[in-house]
Amino acid sequence: MTELHWLPEMQDWRARLRSLTSGPGSVWENAVALAGARINFVLTNALDERLRRLLSGPPDGLQTKPVRLAVLGSSTLTHLLPAIRVAGLRRNIWIDTYENDYGQYWQELSDPDSALHQFRPTAVLLALDARDLTAGITAAMDPEAVEGAMTEITERIRATWRMARDTLRCPVLHQAALPLHLPLLGNNEHRLAGSRAAFLGRLNARVRTMAEEEGVDILAIDDRAAMDGLRAWHDPGLWHRAKQEVSHTAAPMFGDMVGRWVAAKQGRSFKCLVLDLDNTVWGGVIGDDGMEGIELGQGSPLGEAYVAFQDYARELSRRGVILAVCSKNDEANATEPFEKHPDMVLRRGDIASFVANWSDKAGNIRAIAEELNIGLDSLVFIDDNPFERNLVRQELPMVAVPEVSDDPTTYPVALADAGYFEGLAVTDEDRERTSQYHGNKARDALKASVTDLPAYLRGLEMELIARPFDRVGLQRIVQLINKSNQFNLTTRRYTDEDVIAVMADPDAFGLQLRLLDRFGDNGVIAIVIGRLQPNKDLLIDTWLMSCRVLGRQVEPTALNLIARNATRLGARRLVGEYIPTEKNGMVKDHYAKLGFTVMETDPAGGSRAVLDLAGYRPAETFIQVTEG
Amino acid sequence: MATEGEIYPALTTIFHDVFLRDDLTLCAETNAKDVVGWDSFKQIEIIMASEEQWKIRFSTRELDALRCVGDLVRTIAAKTGGG
Repeated sequence: MTELHWLPEMQDWRARLRSLTSGPGSVWENAVALAGARINFVLTNALDERLRRLLSGPPDGLQTKPVRLAVLGSSTLTHLLPAIRVAGLRRNIWIDTYENDYGQYWQELSDPDSALHQFRPTAVLLALDARDLTAGITAAMDPEAVEGAMTEITERIRATWRMARDTLRCPVLHQAALPLHLPLLGNNEHRLAGSRAAFLGRLNARVRTMAEEEGVDILAIDDRAAMDGLRAWHDPGLWHRAKQEVSHTAAPMFGDMVGRWVAAKQGRSFKCLVLDLDNTVWGGVIGDDGMEGIELGQGSPLGEAYVAFQDYARELSRRGVILAVCSKNDEANATEPFEKHPDMVLRRGDIASFVANWSDKAGNIRAIAEELNIGLDSLVFIDDNPFERNLVRQELPMVAVPEVSDDPTTYPVALADAGYFEGLAVTDEDRERTSQYHGNKARDALKASVTDLPAYLRGLEMELIARPFDRVGLQRIVQLINKSNQFNLTTRRYTDEDVIAVMADPDAFGLQLRLLDRFGDNGVIAIVIGRLQPNKDLLIDTWLMSCRVLGRQVEPTALNLIARNATRLGARRLVGEYIPTEKNGMVKDHYAKLGFTVMETDPAGGSRAVLDLAGYRPAETFIQVTEG
Repeated sequence: MATEGEIYPALTTIFHDVFLRDDLTLCAETNAKDVVGWDSFKQIEIIMASEEQWKIRFSTRELDALRCVGDLVRTIAAKTGGG
């Protein structure tokens, strides 16, 4: 599979391509946004062609260095060039490309008056095809003859590198050969000296050693094809038809790999991985499930998958990627597993910037970048929650946000396939980086954010479906009532029978609220139980909500529903209670924020608050309500 | 499974993307002479985009036999079991 699966899909992509000149930003900025979507080779070509019609050179004020890349090879490479240019675009880098006349790369290199020299490249990609490299190798050859051929071909490659470096004075990227030859012996192919398959494997190994000596970088499409499957990269039919070694369908991946190198050469690889916690680093919600309840560690496949992801993140940090945490949690809850959970791989000391609070994540990510004193465009943010991902993408388009499923086994794959942290060398400084950042930690970087949340919420097309308690929902209702700790005003626990009793009680109502948005169905996310008292007060016996949907106006929308149901029962006032526990501090001022008047406060911190229904005006929110 | 009726709209989208034109309408007789820029390079793009779209792979013989859009649609339908 060569799909750029870590990039998000964009529904209105074609319409936005058509309106490249009239979109919200400049033509270049609009095109950068389109390059950040998951597109196949056809759309990649379309984007490239449109943009090149509109812009003949890099736009004014571009912060990155334009690149002139000569792509040299012995087969057809034309179909790969748009994908290379779009991969540059994705990284805000303008790339011009040049391709040698078919089969003429050596002649053009040697001739200072050639079109290649006139192009004045700033970088060279040498993409030699596997058939050319193994020309003359046959199974009939003895080991000595094969070794002679190996020396000849490797020295020819070395000479080409030197020629490119000395005459064009620019860095060289050498494409490893695609291992497309079929075996003749089979599993023990290595025993046949004249096997082209075995020869190519040895050649790729030799070339890597030689590249170290010559200061040349490698484009490892052999490794990539091993992961994706050779068939995804090479179509023999296409070779016979058009002498194209790399398939069109693999072009976006090929281009992106070149783009990573171009960006890395300019020091523009991503530097920091920002981790969400709940359901990203461990399974479950630490504030609700507690240390014993989260899924992490041996014993469950899911728990082991989270461990594996943590291990990958820690390995990244050991080679110089900075780790940070951005989580919606009470800080004490969020740090507890890092300090005390026996199966945590990541420890508090691995995290250079740790932000856990209830503010919006875009603002928090800005704070992390400030604290670490690095650009926002060097951050990668991974979160299982599509709401958070899309908020950050909209507010901070320069932050990379990989598209992931809810399956933690896919998280390391997404980070690796995206190549965010492409590195060209490893220094001692890289290995010590996290501790350096840890030293100058400054929590005061948490400034007020300027995130445009209302605009985001409006665009979410949220729908809240309110249903009275029913048998179908019983299991989820009871589960939420017994599991929710943080956003839970009274923490009253009820059994199946208790919930069924609410359904049957004419002076009570139970509401289960389901939230949908344009990214999907969040499921039942809030539960309310109201009980009419003899004095016509409606007591809000239970109000709990999943923390996943905080900050999305579910609270005032739910209050509108409570008020409507209370009025239906003949109530005159709403009475809300707050019963403090160790974990529900976040809802201490819940009723005051919603316009209730706090009447009584007890010494333990609990309170009762009242809202007069006669004067109540339903709050206006961006959520459309459906009562079902 | 894709029937010929289902294939035409998706194939039209592919043509629009490949030729950067929204005004192309396809019929069975449409061939390379009718569309400006439909060269062997674009032909490969159309073929590979179709392979990706319908998760099929054309044989060399099938590709050599294509003369017009109708041939392509019939081949796709046959390969997906919709023909």
